[in-house]
Amino acid sequence: MKDLDTSPRLDDPDALYEALVDAHRDLDAEASRRLDARLILLLANHIGSVAVVREAIAAARAAAEE
Amino acid sequence: MSTYTYPRYSCPPLRDAGARHPVVVVGGGMVGLTAALDLARRGQPVVLLDDDDTVSAGSRAICISKRSLEIYSRLGIGQRLLAKGVTWNTGKVFFRDRLVYEFNLLPEPGHEFPAFVNLQQYYLEQWLVEACAETGLVDVRWKHRVTGAENRADSVTLTIETPREKYTLTADWLLACDGAHSVVRESLALPFVGKVFRDRFLIADIVMHVDLPAERRFWFAPTFHAGGSALMHRQADDVWRLDFQLGWDADPEAERDPERVAARVRAMLGPRNKFELEWVSVYTFRCRRLEKFRHGRTFFLGDAAHQVSPFGARGGNGGTQDADNLAWKLDAVLRGTAPQSLLDSYDAERIPAADENILHSTRSTDFITPKNDAARAYRDAVLQLAARYDFARPLVNSGRLSRPAVLRNTPLNTPDDAPWTGGLPPGTPAIDAPLRRDGTDDWLLRHLHGFSLLSFGDTPASIPGIHTVHVSPQPAPGALHDYAGLASSRYDAKPGTAILLRPDQHVAARWRGFDPAAIMTAWKTALGIP
Repeated sequence: MKDLDTSPRLDDPDALYEALVDAHRDLDAEASRRLDARLILLLANHIGSVAVVREAIAAARAAAEE
Repeated sequence: MSTYTYPRYSCPPLRDAGARHPVVVVGGGMVGLTAALDLARRGQPVVLLDDDDTVSAGSRAICISKRSLEIYSRLGIGQRLLAKGVTWNTGKVFFRDRLVYEFNLLPEPGHEFPAFVNLQQYYLEQWLVEACAETGLVDVRWKHRVTGAENRADSVTLTIETPREKYTLTADWLLACDGAHSVVRESLALPFVGKVFRDRFLIADIVMHVDLPAERRFWFAPTFHAGGSALMHRQADDVWRLDFQLGWDADPEAERDPERVAARVRAMLGPRNKFELEWVSVYTFRCRRLEKFRHGRTFFLGDAAHQVSPFGARGGNGGTQDADNLAWKLDAVLRGTAPQSLLDSYDAERIPAADENILHSTRSTDFITPKNDAARAYRDAVLQLAARYDFARPLVNSGRLSRPAVLRNTPLNTPDDAPWTGGLPPGTPAIDAPLRRDGTDDWLLRHLHGFSLLSFGDTPASIPGIHTVHVSPQPAPGALHDYAGLASSRYDAKPGTAILLRPDQHVAARWRGFDPAAIMTAWKTALGIP
């Protein structure tokens, strides 16, 4: 993979959203942050490219600025 | 009771106030002594000035890397360090009280020196002093404190104070090895900028007779030291280095209190282990460097030039490589075999090396001391995942241990003129290999001094003025017999391969076949001869 792919790719978007929200059920803010950190590390390793993760970081930051 | 008796060296009487010397080294610590010894081994007389009358106070830089051991071997004290030092290869990382990760630094058999030995810095310095004395070329002046330095067009003038008098000396070349608080650096008003870390650490060296393996143990947030990190490492003489992260708000005076230190140690080791405190130090650190390490006739080496955090053993080992890099160049210039411009390559080669050390030690420090809640969440996430998944283990950073610098972008290299599939590209330090000479076991690196041409195959290549080291697949008179094939495989050598090595054992150039004209050109390039 060369670039961050931001086209719609998920096989089941509603199920993904539900899974993410469910994962944080019953967690306080601190525990949620730690869960997200573990999740991001697992996904980043799956992607396997620091360059792509950097693009995702930039895209995530930019999305909040609008 | 101490395990080590500090030598007290006498302050020599002054005979040559106002004299001029070719090379003056300021600072008789490990880096200054290494530089002085290297120059003396090459036949250069050196005056060395030190403000104290003994060796390193405290064990300080205890982890001597393989590359440093090889440099010290070239200087004649490698076996002594190996015999006294504690060889270790295993590192263990704990999170809270659970082992999450274990690494082995032993890359492969067939090297004279291991990945690391641990040895108190005072032993290294004492043996360097002794080796310097044996050369008869190093004039070590204890209690001669430099108070000022002035760079001139073709010299440096030093003002010096001894317990009895003040005097001046002029140096053709000055090597400032006077540490993090370098007087030479301050005299020349050179900015020394970088990053300060808001954290404090406690070193406690303890004497403890206990049968534990010689391994590096690092804890993140153990229950015995809530919130901080801790390190345990074996040294010679049953001395153990313990290191506790204290946090920025800790009171350094209170933390040095022996009772308080002992309580921390008991919490770590349990109530049954008997120990004595040998040395206690509370420290903070910075990562910073000078913009340039050469300023006219003055060179900065070691902590005087650059400072790193202690995680990764990059301070002492980096400084040793500074000395290794500069000594042969200065020798070549003093002999007139190289132009003075060769000395600019010290900056070209050692600044990238310092930046690499600063980068690694900064990253380690950021992992060990998370700056905010998000950083701590990621740090803990890595440690939790590392206990379960291999992928997270390379993310654990308790110190990326010193590796020798590869001098990739130096003007002294000659790029490959043919494709190579492996081996050592120009700029790489030579790798050791077991060989036999006339049937006797031997090591490759022992034969590399001065400019050397490693010549592989049945017939040695030979160039006048360059020391040929013939590595042969068969036993042959005068040749090094590559009986295990490791020299050939490590250098990706085929019959006819020729590799030009610099006096600091870094590869300058390599060829698939013997081409005397190309070798002469590469040799001149490595000496900075236009």
